[in-house]
Amino acid sequence: MKTAGSVLKRIYIALIIIFMYAPIVTLIVLSFNSSKSRAKWGGFTTKWYVSLFQNDAILQAFFNTIAIATLSAIIATIIGTLSCLAINSMKRKGKTFWMGITNIPMLNAEIVTGISLMLVFIFLGVKFGFFTILIAHITFNIPYVILSIMPRMKNLNPSTYEAALDLGASPFVSFFKVVLPDLMPGILSGFLMAFTMSIDDFVITHFTKGPGVDTLSTKIYTEVKKGIKPEMYALSTIIFITILVLLFLVNVSGNDNKKEKIK
Amino acid sequence: MLKNKQKLMLGLPYYFWAIAFIIIPLCLVIYYGLTDKTGAFTFNNIASIADPQHTKALWIAVKLSIISTIICLFLAYPLAMILVNFKKGKSSILVMLFILPMWMNFLLRTMAWQTLLENTGVINTLLQTIGLPKINIINTPGAIIFGMVYNFLPFMVLPIYNSLAKIDINVVNAARDLGANGIITFGRITLPLSLPGVISGITMVFVPALTTFVISAILGGNKILLIGNVIEQEFSQTSNWHLGSGLSMVLMVFIIISMIFTAIFDKDGEGLI
Amino acid sequence: MNQDALIYLKNISKSYGSQMVLDDFNLYIRENEFLTLLGPSGCGKTTTLRILGGFETPDKGTVLFNNEDITNLSPNKRQLNTVFQKYALFTHMNIAENIAFGLKIKGKSKSYIDDKIKYALKLVNLDGYEKRMPDSLSGGQQQRIAIARAIVNEPKVLLLDEPLGALDLKLRQDMQYELIRLKNELGITFIYVTHDQEEALTMSDTIVVMNQGYIQQIGTPEKIYNEPENAFVADFIGDSNILDGIMVKDELVQILGANFSCVDSGFGLNKPVDVVIRPEDVELVDEKDGTITGTVTHLIFKGVHYEMEVTANGFEWLVHSTNCFPVGTKVGIHVKPFNIQIMNKPESEDEEASHVEE
Repeated sequence: MKTAGSVLKRIYIALIIIFMYAPIVTLIVLSFNSSKSRAKWGGFTTKWYVSLFQNDAILQAFFNTIAIATLSAIIATIIGTLSCLAINSMKRKGKTFWMGITNIPMLNAEIVTGISLMLVFIFLGVKFGFFTILIAHITFNIPYVILSIMPRMKNLNPSTYEAALDLGASPFVSFFKVVLPDLMPGILSGFLMAFTMSIDDFVITHFTKGPGVDTLSTKIYTEVKKGIKPEMYALSTIIFITILVLLFLVNVSGNDNKKEKIK
Repeated sequence: MLKNKQKLMLGLPYYFWAIAFIIIPLCLVIYYGLTDKTGAFTFNNIASIADPQHTKALWIAVKLSIISTIICLFLAYPLAMILVNFKKGKSSILVMLFILPMWMNFLLRTMAWQTLLENTGVINTLLQTIGLPKINIINTPGAIIFGMVYNFLPFMVLPIYNSLAKIDINVVNAARDLGANGIITFGRITLPLSLPGVISGITMVFVPALTTFVISAILGGNKILLIGNVIEQEFSQTSNWHLGSGLSMVLMVFIIISMIFTAIFDKDGEGLI
Repeated sequence: MNQDALIYLKNISKSYGSQMVLDDFNLYIRENEFLTLLGPSGCGKTTTLRILGGFETPDKGTVLFNNEDITNLSPNKRQLNTVFQKYALFTHMNIAENIAFGLKIKGKSKSYIDDKIKYALKLVNLDGYEKRMPDSLSGGQQQRIAIARAIVNEPKVLLLDEPLGALDLKLRQDMQYELIRLKNELGITFIYVTHDQEEALTMSDTIVVMNQGYIQQIGTPEKIYNEPENAFVADFIGDSNILDGIMVKDELVQILGANFSCVDSGFGLNKPVDVVIRPEDVELVDEKDGTITGTVTHLIFKGVHYEMEVTANGFEWLVHSTNCFPVGTKVGIHVKPFNIQIMNKPESEDEEASHVEE
C-alpha cells in the first residue's frame, strides 16, 4: 500500500515537472534547429549561437533587460529595506495602511498597473523610454522586497540590538553589525525575487516603454506575429543554462557548508 | 536605534514612491475613465461594457479564467499535499518547479506550447504514433485555458503549500486519535485549515487569468478576444485612453471583489509569496 | 506473561535512518495505573507514546492491548486517546465542537453529546466555555480542553505527551494536582511522558526512567529516588553526589581514601563501584567527628535549606542542610550507612557515555 502510494506521488510530481518543462525543452531544441520554421526540424546546427552575437537588436534588448533588472532590483531593495524599518516602527493603523498600499501592485492586474503608470507618464509629459520602464519596474519590485523582509522584521529580537548598545557599540555600528545581518536573508531573497520578476516582466514594460527601446520580452512580443528569430531561442537557452548551472553550484557549495558545520 | 520619528523618516522615499506611482496612477485611471476627450464628466466609457463585443470579451474572459482556476486548484492541491509531506529536497523541488522556469522568458514558454499543441505538432505526432486521435486545440479557447493553467499554476500551489505547511501535524494526529478516518480528517480538519491558502490561490490565479491579453494573443491566434485584449488595443492601437480606462474600471471591480474575498479569509496574508 | 497487564510492549525496536531510538524495548502497563515515561530528550519516550497511539509503527516487535495485537491498527481504531504537546486543538472549531469531534464520528445522539460536553467541561473546571474559540483561551485553559476532548471518548487509556511543558511553573503545579484528581475520578490508565523529574515524582504510581532507547529503571517514585539502580538514574532524579568507590568487603566501601560503613553486600572484594549519596544525606559535623574533613567553599540560602559545597579529599560535595556553615569553615563529613547507595559500574561504554553526557 505504502509503496504504491509513494510511487503514485512520484509519478504525479514527475508529470507536473514534465508539464512545466516541456516548453523549455522545446525551446532548447529549437535553438539547435537549422530550419528557421518552428514547425519543421531541419537538422542540428549551432549557427544561431554564432549569429546571435552579430544581432545588435537582440543584444541591445538583452543589455536593456539586464540593466533594468539590476538597477530596479538595487533601487527597490534600498527603498524597500528603509521602508520596512519605518513601517515596522509604526503603530497598528499606519502599518495596516502601508502594507495595504504595498499589496496593491501584487494583487492588482498587471494590465491595470501598466496602463495606470502609462497614464501617469502621459500626464506628467515624461518621454517614454528606458527611464519610464525603470520607474515602472522599481514600482512593482518594491512590494516583493518589503514582503520578503517584513516577516524577518517581525521575528527580530529587539534585545540583540540593545545588547549591542549595552556592550558599547554605537547605534550605527549596532545596526550594521547586529540588525542588518539578521535581516540579510530577507533582503537577499527580496533582491533576487525583484531581479527575477523584472527579467520576466512583459505586460508592464509593454505599456511603459517608448518606441525604439526594447527589452527581450517586448522584442519577443513584436516578433511573435512575424516569426521569432532563432537567435532568440539561442539567447534564452544560454540564459537558462547559466542560471541552472549557478543554482547547481550554489546548492553544492551550500551542502558542503552544512557538512562542515556538522563536523 | 534611532528615535521613532527618525525611523519613520526612513520610509520617506517609499511614501513618495507609493503616492506617485501607485496611488496617483490609479486615481488617473478613474479620472480618465470618468471623462471624455474634452475633459467633461461622463459615464459612457464605463457604460460601453454593454457594447455586445465588449460584453462578449468580458464573458469569455470570465468563463475561461474560472475554468482555468478550477483546473489549477485540482492540480495544485494534491501537489501541495505531496510536497508538504516530502522530507528530502523539498525546497529544491519547489525552486525547480516554479522559480527556475521563470528564467526562460514567459512569452517564449507560452509560444513553445504553440509548437507542441499545433495540429502537426509534437503532441499530436506522439498521439498518432500510439494510435490515438489528434487533438485540434490550437487557436481554440482550450489552448488559452492550457496556457493559463501553465502560467498561473505556481500561484495556486504556493499559497496552498504555505497554509498546509502551517498545520501542526499533531492537529491531524489528534483527529485520527479521536476516531476520524483519513477522509473525515481531510474533510473536517485539513481542508478547512488550508482554506485561507485555497482562497488566496484562487484570487492569485483568477485575477491574472481574467485580465491577460498575452496568452490569448499567442495561443488564441487573435481569433478570440478577451477583455484584456480589448483594453490593450484601446491603449496601444486606438490610443483611446478614456475608453480603455473605463473598461479597466469594470475589471477593477472584479479585482476589488476578489481582494475583499481574500482579506476576509486570509487574514495572515499567507497567500503572498 | 503478566496477567493483569493491560498493555504489553514486546521487543519493540524503532530507528530513524541510522539512529536507533528504541532497542528491544519491553514494558507492561497495568490497568488503572499512572505510569510516567521519564528521560532526557531523545531517550525514546515520545516515540514509545507515539507507537502506543498508532502514529508510528515499530520496525520490530508487537504491541498487545488486552492481549490483542494492535501493532498495525490505525490510530482511529484504538481505544486510547492522546493529549498532545501544545494541545493540538482544532482552531477553526469552537470548544464545544472540539470536544464533540470524537463523539460525532462515533454517531452519538445530540443529547448524549451535549451532556458529555457539559460533563467534561465541569470536570476540567471550565463550565460555560462551549462557544469560545481555542485562540481566546490561555495556555492552561487550552490544555484542559485538550484533556476534555480526549476523555469524553471514554478511552481505556489516556496518553499525555509532555502536556504541561508549555505552562509556567505555578500553573504546572496546579495542573499536576488536577491531573491526579482527574485520574482518580475517571479510574483509567494514564501514560504520561515528561522530562521533568519533579512532575514524575509528584504524580506517578510507576516511573519508567529511560535513556538512549533503554529502560534504566522501573519502580515507584520512592524506590526510584531512594534506590537508584545506576548512576544515570541517580543523576537524573534529583541532585546527587556520585563518587568512585571501592567495595573493600561486604558493608564497607572506600570513598576518596576513607572507609565508610554501608548496608550493601555481595559485590565481592575490592570491587570498583559507583557510590551515590543524596545531598540531604550528607551530614556536616564537627571536624573531629567526621569520617573525612573538608572546607565549605560555597553557601547559598535556598529557602527550605542551605545549599553548600564542601571540598573534601579533592571532591566537591553537594550538601543540603538546615544548619548554616559559613564559607571557610572546616567541617567533618558523616553519612549514615543506609544513606549510601552502592551501584555496579556500567559495563558497556555506551552506558558510560550516556551518564557522562548528563
